[in-house]
Amino acid sequence: MKLYTISLNNLRRRKAKMIFLVLGLTIAVSTVVTLITVSQEMNADIANKLDEFGANIVIVPKSDALSLSYGGMAVSGVSLDARKLHESDAEQIRWIKNRDNIKIVAPKLLNATKVFQRDVLVVGVVFEQELSLKKWWKVAGRKPSASREAIIGTEVKGKLKLDLNQSFEVSGEQFIVTGILEPTGSQDDGVVFIDLKEAQRLFGKPTELSLIEVAALCYDCPIEEIVRQTSEKLPGAKVVAIRQTIESKMEAMHRFEHFSYGISGVVLLVAALIVATNMTASVNERTREIGVFRAIGFRQSHIMKIILTEAFLTSFFAGASGYFLGLGVANIVTPLLTMNGGGGFLMNYTMLGFSLVLAVTVGLASSIYPAYRASQLDPTVALRAL
Amino acid sequence: MAFIEIQHLNKIYRTGTQHVQALRDVSLEISQAELVAVMGPSGSGKSTLLSLLGGLSHPNEGKVIVDEIDVYSLDVDQLADFRREYLGFVFQSFQLIPYLTVLENVMLPLAVTSLSRAVQARMAIEIIERVGLRSNALRLSDELSGGEQQRVAMARALVNQPPIILADEPTGNLDMATSEEIMQLLRKLNNDGHTCIIVTHNPENAKYAQRCVHLRDGRLYSQTVADLTNVSA
Repeated sequence: MKLYTISLNNLRRRKAKMIFLVLGLTIAVSTVVTLITVSQEMNADIANKLDEFGANIVIVPKSDALSLSYGGMAVSGVSLDARKLHESDAEQIRWIKNRDNIKIVAPKLLNATKVFQRDVLVVGVVFEQELSLKKWWKVAGRKPSASREAIIGTEVKGKLKLDLNQSFEVSGEQFIVTGILEPTGSQDDGVVFIDLKEAQRLFGKPTELSLIEVAALCYDCPIEEIVRQTSEKLPGAKVVAIRQTIESKMEAMHRFEHFSYGISGVVLLVAALIVATNMTASVNERTREIGVFRAIGFRQSHIMKIILTEAFLTSFFAGASGYFLGLGVANIVTPLLTMNGGGGFLMNYTMLGFSLVLAVTVGLASSIYPAYRASQLDPTVALRAL
Repeated sequence: MAFIEIQHLNKIYRTGTQHVQALRDVSLEISQAELVAVMGPSGSGKSTLLSLLGGLSHPNEGKVIVDEIDVYSLDVDQLADFRREYLGFVFQSFQLIPYLTVLENVMLPLAVTSLSRAVQARMAIEIIERVGLRSNALRLSDELSGGEQQRVAMARALVNQPPIILADEPTGNLDMATSEEIMQLLRKLNNDGHTCIIVTHNPENAKYAQRCVHLRDGRLYSQTVADLTNVSA
């Protein structure tokens, strides 16, 4: 006979009395597990969607020239530096260690030229990548399908008096406007977009690039690591993470996380109150029993150990059952909340361990006062027979 | 020096603004292996005296010295250890743990010792056999009759081999025949060397004692040496 035998026997033969305690803690733990699992999945889903919304890394040649800028970055329009970016550099990005995090690579060639005797910035792009990168673009008309077709910004339309299906000349070659951007509020409004290959041919810069915009999925890989790996691949380039974009994305994710944590905290507090109430009631019911323990020579610490062992065992069981219940609920709920059909969560031993620790911590913390009260019971009052 | 010395015990119970003096200047000496009955009307202080002897309550004044140990100079943990080593309690309403078997109830005082399970079980079975309940060892205690439960309580009181047995109305909830069995068992324990102090209001039980101590209004009223010639050992 050991003290834990007393606890085990009490639990085994008085199951009904502990049911509410176990139920309360199980529901609390399962709620926490569900919230954390679902919010992690939703964060990843949101983050991935946000990561596809524009570039978060820009790559430019290492250059001192500031003749032209795009997106606030120095580009190699008139560069004194011999190092330039090439199409092969864009390919190299797809081979970094975290290549699975590289979602979109949008190379560009920038050049200032005259259209209708006015200086215009012409940007050669790969339209498929560019349109994937800039999901906020609303194009009146259609995207270019041939090499001599172009998209113009709304300011270009206004200043050059160009409209859909009208033609204009760039370096002696005719282009047709197939699409006009609705106002974006960015520099894209004042730019002419043509096919990259055409731009390279027209401006005599075969395979050359001015900059590369990259949309990287940085939810589970820090952006700094992707930047570092890219810089290693492209030693002659300047690789920069766009902090503002990243930080606003992270803020959106963190708000949802904080909300989940807040709800989890409230639920755990309620569970703690349920445990404390149940344990106090249990101690009150067992006043005589505790009096007997004291009379036969149990110390106050022995009484506390019995009560806390019972709390530990019930909490541990509640933690395990709460984890599996939470996992099941997360698997049902997640596909409804995410658009990528998420779910299918498998056993996660870290989360199981966390659930057990959480349940036991809440259970024990809530039981300390009832256990202390039990240990302080006056044996004569407890027994009432003496 | 006597085995148990009670010196000028006073005990006052306070409830709100009222107070009740349960014991007034009680002094008593008890020898080792003596069987003493404490008698008196309701409210005379019998149970209070027993609780003070057992270290379950604290006197307002006075001392209890057992085997040269000043009981109320001990701290809380030392007092618990003292009860475990020196005392075995038998209560009127048995006070068994209902969710434990007979064997587990008897082993209960050993749960806080360092003895192995095997040794504990051996000690408990030996005592259970002594009180005649071997066949009931694995039954839950609340499945037994009153007399059987009281035997279990006595076995629990004995398992630690305490020198002193304190019994508060041990036959109070039992019929006459069973009461006699219990008292004979107590007599037998006393013959084995245990010092037994029994609180009782039943004169039939007092016949088993070597000495009767009478309390009235919290005071030691008288002491009589019992005639044991008609009581079988």
